[in-house]
Amino acid sequence: MNKTVALDLRGITKAFGKVVANNNVDLSVYEGEILAILGENGCGKTTLMNMIAGIYYPDKGQIIVKGEEVVIRSPKDAFEHGIGMIHQHFKLVDVFSAGENVVLGIDDKKRYNIKDVNNRVLEISERYGFSIDPKKKIYEMSVSEKQTVEIIKVLYRGAEILILDEPTAVLTPQETETLFSVLRRMRDDGKSIIIITHKLHEVLSVSDRVAVLRKGEHIATVNTAETSESELTEMMVGKKIELNIDRSAVAELAERLVVSGINSYDSDGIKVLDNICFTANGGEILGIAGIAGSGQRELLEAIAGLQPLESGEITYNDPKSGERVNLRDKTPLQIREMGVRLSFVPEDRLGMGLVANMDITDNMMLRSYRRGKSAFLNRKNPRALAGEIVESLEVVTPGLSTPVRRLSGGNVQKVLVGREIAAAPTVFMAAYPVRGLDINSSYMIYNLLNEQKEKGVAVIFVGEDLDVLVALCDRILVINSGRITGVVDARTSTKEEIGLLMTKTDKAPAESCEKEDRCDG
Amino acid sequence: MAKNTTRTREPLFHVAKRGQMPLWKSLAIRICAILAALLFCGVLCIVVLGKNPISFYDNMFKGVFGTKRRIWKMLKDLAVLLCVSLAVTPAFKMRYWNIGAEGQVHMSCLASVACAFYLGGSVPNNLLLVIMLLAAITAGAIWAVIPAIFKAIWNTNETLFTLMMNYIATSLVAFFLVVWVPSGSSALGELSAGWLPTIGGAIDKYGYLLLVLIVALLTVAMFIYLKYSKHGYEISVVGESRKTACYIGINVKKVIIRTLIVSGVLCGIAGFLIVSALDHSITVDTVGGRGFTAIMVSWLGKFNPFVMILTSFLMVFLQQGSDQVVSAFRINDTFTSIVTGIILFFIIGCEFFINYKLIFHKKEGKK
Repeated sequence: MNKTVALDLRGITKAFGKVVANNNVDLSVYEGEILAILGENGCGKTTLMNMIAGIYYPDKGQIIVKGEEVVIRSPKDAFEHGIGMIHQHFKLVDVFSAGENVVLGIDDKKRYNIKDVNNRVLEISERYGFSIDPKKKIYEMSVSEKQTVEIIKVLYRGAEILILDEPTAVLTPQETETLFSVLRRMRDDGKSIIIITHKLHEVLSVSDRVAVLRKGEHIATVNTAETSESELTEMMVGKKIELNIDRSAVAELAERLVVSGINSYDSDGIKVLDNICFTANGGEILGIAGIAGSGQRELLEAIAGLQPLESGEITYNDPKSGERVNLRDKTPLQIREMGVRLSFVPEDRLGMGLVANMDITDNMMLRSYRRGKSAFLNRKNPRALAGEIVESLEVVTPGLSTPVRRLSGGNVQKVLVGREIAAAPTVFMAAYPVRGLDINSSYMIYNLLNEQKEKGVAVIFVGEDLDVLVALCDRILVINSGRITGVVDARTSTKEEIGLLMTKTDKAPAESCEKEDRCDG
Repeated sequence: MAKNTTRTREPLFHVAKRGQMPLWKSLAIRICAILAALLFCGVLCIVVLGKNPISFYDNMFKGVFGTKRRIWKMLKDLAVLLCVSLAVTPAFKMRYWNIGAEGQVHMSCLASVACAFYLGGSVPNNLLLVIMLLAAITAGAIWAVIPAIFKAIWNTNETLFTLMMNYIATSLVAFFLVVWVPSGSSALGELSAGWLPTIGGAIDKYGYLLLVLIVALLTVAMFIYLKYSKHGYEISVVGESRKTACYIGINVKKVIIRTLIVSGVLCGIAGFLIVSALDHSITVDTVGGRGFTAIMVSWLGKFNPFVMILTSFLMVFLQQGSDQVVSAFRINDTFTSIVTGIILFFIIGCEFFINYKLIFHKKEGKK
């Protein structure tokens, strides 16, 4: 095949303060190929792409598009050179229709005619096999539809080089497959596609070539057909690592938390939890799977006393006294004062679990500062705890007095998880605890969850990577639009099965409360 | 390449974020900024006024440090401004935009004056001072806590609310001046009672020593309150992230109301000090914008009470120095206001260079 280079990067360097995000990166993309950019979180994939898309400006280096050196100062410049990026977080106007969003910001001096736009949108969708209604408003769309709009937006502007930043993070396995077939069709049409990801099996299934980045440097570019999962991991991490999650056998189950028929509405009056019933047992990891925003966060926050309930009950069985207490309508403080040892690692680590501008010691204090009658703080014990966590979880930090916002994502998470575990919980809830973490840190977190399970803690784990959920959990509860669509045994089910449940819309029968309780029995 | 000159034109420079800067370097940048500001104003002084800039700055300096009296005047102004700044600090640290310190201090002044006006002569001076202080504290706290309650319960906008409370305070003062001054001139004469005593004999010739000591004590107390008390910790958490505060079970409403009571109490002390140590009277302009300047002092000092001593000194120095220049050069105060503005602009503007750096693109020689 005679290939022409569509985009060439030479010696691209970009630093943020002391952190060098990209160091002297050389990269070529050909016409009519799918290039995967693979690397751990924080290795500079997104920064590199943002420079091509005009979000950042490189400190050094050249960008060459179709043989000509170009200077890309803004996304508009990027579009002029036929480069379009589909960001991880969609940039759409909710109250506009798909067509309106597509045409937004285009200044072609022509009279605006939404009919023409909609026709072109349909034309593009037909060509590449999308299905989209240009008149549908964004707020009525699913995540995958929104992504489609983003892609069409870029194609409409005539992009020849498409960059997709972690496009599959929010999709179900089925939606991912659809997206990939669209990408393949675009490739066959001669477009260059760059896809950023850290999921190896996706790289292997969709890309033609893989470029691996590690710590801001370009390690190698290899043909996908000639490589393997373990080789890629080794390039990514820099050393050989074992990719197996140990799932310890379930010892003795003890009913710990019974959620029965809870309903809840958000501030806009939309139902976010719809008759949720389940039991979390001490000594097992209960996984929660679902498309992002299906009510996972609200469910955990409801248990933690942060989400008001309309109806239903959350009963906690005290493992020591055997007492049963209802957690409904209690504040987080009241829950703690009742002696419920509930630890919660929220999704928003720096915005909720920790205080970004405080140092590790002060963040340790969040849980314990109230102790004692004195009006003044005691920083001695938190400092000791901070030291312990830094040591035992290998937190990389310049010191205990460094603000946590200066730590990398993995280290931030270790600090948070470490603090929550130090509270000796009986129920441990974690929402997306490995999001944004490198492979080593992720495995450390999985091990910590397993340790808790072995100690008899009821672990509730909200995850997004179905491979991990299936490998780590004992039971998996699948929710969609705030409803439970199924509870499966993780040992016997496949991720396709879970994927189907994630998109299932019909409501499980009302009497499911009883049934789900016994599902594990 | 030549045909693409428009396409490949590089920007002259671009902005990049810096890492953490060592303290000496950031201090050096700040000093450079002040020097640059002085240089710039000096040039302006020659061009606009045709005067010698050295004599301009000399006058400014002498206006503050020239005589013992001027030094004491600077110290008392610094103390009062610092006191109001200490008052607004906990609220701003909690990200509660209290721009109502002006009104809170004004109400405290009014309460103090009212006590002195009605009780003066009938109770001993020391008892009167205690009553004035309590009245001032109560008034300040009430004026601060009303918007706080609305904010905590109904999440109203505290900026507008506190601003409006300022106008109400001014109008109330105007009203009482009409009631108290039968002549209708609204000029209340100097109160005969309720003066803060002088201490320390000869050193305290002007009677401001006690005032300075009280504020020094408050500064230390506020530093400890913010850094080492549980309340201070809760204020930081609520200010940084309300979500985190809820997550760990802090009662955010309670913290807002409690903090604003603290803030109002300090405003009350400031008002009491203004009446008992400085003015011994009240006008609609008694607070004189200190409630707003204090916000700048607090932010510039990054909510650290000890750094705020420096920032409030800066404000007082610029003000008092300017006054001296105005009278020495026989000009009106527009030019000195410009100079003050320029110096502040440079000082605040240099923060940009502490947080970011500019990367200039070298012109590459054509091959």
